[in-house]
Amino acid sequence: MKTLNEFIELFAEQFDETDASEITPNTVFHDLDEYSSLIALSIIAMVDEEFDVTLKGDDMRSAVTVEDLYNIVINKA
Amino acid sequence: MAFLSFENLKVSGISACVPKEIDDNRTTSLIPDDERENLINSIGIVQKRIAPEGVCASDLCYFAAEKLIKELKWDKSEIQALIFVSQTPDYILPATSCILQDRLGLSSECLAIDISLGCSGWVYGMSTLASYMGKNNIAKALLLSGDLATRTNSPRNRSDFPLFGDAGTCTAIEYDEGASGIKFHLATDGSGKDAIIIPYGGYRNPITVDSLEYKDYGNGEVRTGLHASMDGMSVFSFAITKGPKSVKMLCEHYGIDMTSVDCFTFHQANKLITEKICKKLKLDADKCPNSMEMFGNTSCATIPLTLVTQRKESLESSKMSHIACAFGVGLSWGSVYFDTENIVVPELIEL
Repeated sequence: MKTLNEFIELFAEQFDETDASEITPNTVFHDLDEYSSLIALSIIAMVDEEFDVTLKGDDMRSAVTVEDLYNIVINKA
Repeated sequence: MAFLSFENLKVSGISACVPKEIDDNRTTSLIPDDERENLINSIGIVQKRIAPEGVCASDLCYFAAEKLIKELKWDKSEIQALIFVSQTPDYILPATSCILQDRLGLSSECLAIDISLGCSGWVYGMSTLASYMGKNNIAKALLLSGDLATRTNSPRNRSDFPLFGDAGTCTAIEYDEGASGIKFHLATDGSGKDAIIIPYGGYRNPITVDSLEYKDYGNGEVRTGLHASMDGMSVFSFAITKGPKSVKMLCEHYGIDMTSVDCFTFHQANKLITEKICKKLKLDADKCPNSMEMFGNTSCATIPLTLVTQRKESLESSKMSHIACAFGVGLSWGSVYFDTENIVVPELIEL
């Protein structure tokens, strides 16, 4: 299973303009300027590909920080 | 698991009809200018057709059917089954298929039935028709599959409306001793019913004055209770997971060599979904026709519409093997394998 740091790296790759250094375990990703429904879809696709986990809309909405989302993914894996 | 196989059946022809009126994502005021390019590039939908008031899905299907019957030179009295797949019927009752039987001048000995499914509808309709026709019970039959997705979605919903268009189609199936037949995988997950739902207007939640009011649900989603509400993220996850899985299951179950299949037609939901599915199945893009750029997501019409607009010549003049896969509201999904050889494909009709 991938670590939180590996998840953060993959998570950051889904953004074009947001610097990877801005993404930490505590980042409230919904507040990032670049975060949009399209970015959310590429995160879902990344999780499907890298973790073989199917995230639902509610999973994305209920996660506050990047680490929250990682924990949701790990619990579903 | 719902695997179905029917021998001695062939697809004889496919036709499609769209309204003339174009709704263009490059100019619509619904999309803010600073998001326009990025959005169009991501969803892969540049424009789509929008039926004017007074035109129903059944009208589009009717013209598609008339033209196909004429070019097939079928005697209408031989057509013994008609299925109408749609979620935008003419009336709550009677069933629109009954209206179409009469309008098309088909025999009163023709069975007619409506199927209420959205994006997965064409695959399901094909399976129902094939079940009726097996063992030469019925020699010739029509599947009319069409929707007005611009009516079920709110014209003020920025996150959904740019995706959807209107179309009607007709697929002709014939009993043919020795034909290779049609194979299906079909599946359902009703626990995802809320992922795409029109909450009001049925009998669970009848129309109320409040349900007619436009409300702002954030992120540009402005709609009434009689418009579709879509959880785009959940639908995306579902589609990229179940679509490829269904195709793989169909191929494994029936020993179909995926590399030998000539054409993979996926429900044209949006480019993000179809590209992801092609990637997961390791398919060449040139084996996966795309019509969404010009017609958008037309619900249960996308597969026949894509074949008519993108593969007309090869369908008319060669032997092809096909897999089509569709997924959507329900949640409902499925895949079908079939062959075509020099079938009849009239020019796209613009009404």
